Amino acid sequence: MLPEEFELLDLPPNAFEPLEISGAGADGGAGAGDSAGAPSLSFFQDAWRRLKKNKGAVLSLFILALIALLSFGAVFISPGDPNKQNLAYVNLPPKIPGVTINGFNGAAIVAGERVDKYVLGNIPPDVYFYLGTDGLGRDMLSRLLMGTRMSLIIAIIAAALDLGIGVAYGMVSAAAGGRVDGFMQRALEILSGIPTLAVMILMLTIFEPGIVSIVLAMIITGWVNMARVVRAQTLKLQEREFVLAAAALGASKAKIALTHILPNISGVIIVQMMFSIPTAIFFEAFLSFIGLGLKVPMASLGTLLSDGYKTFRFLPHLMWAPAIVLSVIMICFNLLADGVRDAFDPKMKK
Amino acid sequence: MKNFSRHLIKKVGIMLLTLWLIITCTFFLIHSLPGSPYVNQEKLTPAQLEILNRQAGLDKPLPEQYLIYFKNLARGDFGTSFQFKNQPVTKLLLNRVGPSVQLGFQAILTGTVMGVILGMISAMRQNTWVDSIVTIIAILGRSIPNFVFAVILQYLFAVKLSIFPIALWGKFSYTILPTITLAMAPMANSARFIRTEMVEVLNSDYIELARSKGLSHWQIACRHGLRNSLIPLITLLGPMAVSLMTGSLVVENIYAVPGIGEQFVKSIITNDYPTIMAITILYSAMLIIILFVVDLLYGLVDPRIRVTGGERLAA
Repeated sequence: MLPEEFELLDLPPNAFEPLEISGAGADGGAGAGDSAGAPSLSFFQDAWRRLKKNKGAVLSLFILALIALLSFGAVFISPGDPNKQNLAYVNLPPKIPGVTINGFNGAAIVAGERVDKYVLGNIPPDVYFYLGTDGLGRDMLSRLLMGTRMSLIIAIIAAALDLGIGVAYGMVSAAAGGRVDGFMQRALEILSGIPTLAVMILMLTIFEPGIVSIVLAMIITGWVNMARVVRAQTLKLQEREFVLAAAALGASKAKIALTHILPNISGVIIVQMMFSIPTAIFFEAFLSFIGLGLKVPMASLGTLLSDGYKTFRFLPHLMWAPAIVLSVIMICFNLLADGVRDAFDPKMKK
Repeated sequence: MKNFSRHLIKKVGIMLLTLWLIITCTFFLIHSLPGSPYVNQEKLTPAQLEILNRQAGLDKPLPEQYLIYFKNLARGDFGTSFQFKNQPVTKLLLNRVGPSVQLGFQAILTGTVMGVILGMISAMRQNTWVDSIVTIIAILGRSIPNFVFAVILQYLFAVKLSIFPIALWGKFSYTILPTITLAMAPMANSARFIRTEMVEVLNSDYIELARSKGLSHWQIACRHGLRNSLIPLITLLGPMAVSLMTGSLVVENIYAVPGIGEQFVKSIITNDYPTIMAITILYSAMLIIILFVVDLLYGLVDPRIRVTGGERLAA
């Protein structure tokens, strides 16, 4: 935790008497005294070690990485153009060659009977769609990958902007103190009273829905929590001796904030950000679902779900695919966020 | 007490300021929108358009419209809907408050009761399979967006099994699916909350005392554990209200509930400015008031977290 300026002495390793290392016992020891015997781990190594023990979080991280890899990798190895329409292949159910399970064998219920729609539609035998096609003959798998990618991009941009604005605002507010701080806090209080929902709907009725306006609508009130957390943590740290020491040595406020305070609150910031990503995914899907989302031919999980919902009585596969992917992403992000929080702040875990 | 009243006044002040800001922003943003509210109507001659604009007061300069709007607002008049002929927005919304409020209450009630029961069971059976199942339910309820729930429930129970109507309003049984959908999030949150609280309470000394008096496991849980865990549950009310309002928008649409949320989405699609404004203001006002009340309740229930508490505790 000590800043680098303190490593002035060039002592040989044998000048120190090595402490006996006991691997166990560091868990739950929040105080510095407890971990004296443990191997020296950086803050992040320590958090990572704790995160790795959380099975749910690790599994979620793995699934999310896989989803991200697939959806972003799909740009290069896409099974088909997500926007290519083919009216000969309209509304086909999913078909995976060699699989005979109902729902994935190209059969669908038409007028109470299960028939193979691929045979019915005179589709050549070498043509098949893993997740079927939609009403315009577009490959659902490609659309799903594109939609997932879009949802993730929007969420990550929104979370990153929340982070930037929130951290800057919180730290400035805490560092300035006095009247400036008071004013900035009142502004925050007013902003936080405005329901996110109302702002987002207003923004999107006024501006043309698109990535920019959706992100903008989400960050207007989204950064408030981050700013609050950052300010509270900064205020706490400003009282600490190492900050006073740095100030006494003549470091400027900006330098103290960036080199001493920011690294020490990075854990809290990461935790906060981990929670804002699923929120952003939810709101994007929500807005798309009520018809304020992306415009065609762009697709996100929300627009896919909303399109699938319209025909779900007859073509349920168009609804299930985005619903499942959206749910899995949300579950994984929430589990991961919980895990990250517990890892960075073991005191919070109960 | 002086401290407390000063705190109260400050809070009310900020509340009013927030509300004013919302109304003003809404007004100017909505009025900067391109397009006329009458584009949906049949073809109109310029002369007719002018008359309609004058009737709606749209020909006056914006600041004047703003003042008029405020004056009317003070009397509870939200203007006239552009979409429904000669229908005052206030009346339009009043007709729709009932279903929304009913659904909201049913959802909060079902959600919290179920959540408390689940949370209690999982705290009593810590680290068993029961606990794991409750944890999984809580994670699902917290993570899966309510419109996904709504769509899936509707597909399974209405389309496939035909137990409930797909989207209809009228009888009590029609409210079951939307209530379950909206109750998922409150249930998940309160289950998790109660579990954490109960685990903590069950490990405290006075529970040991109760046990040594010979009370049974469940008696202790109900009399001592639950009672002490229930009070902090009101801290969840604020977030619950927010999620219910967001949820009601889509859930009411999916199940065709004639509530405020459904009207909101309809108004957005038809550019019905006065209604959009009214609902935005209404939502914001409700939310601000709920958060304010919850904030006050915190202090009443637990003096330790009273915002002005520092000195009073010492005194």
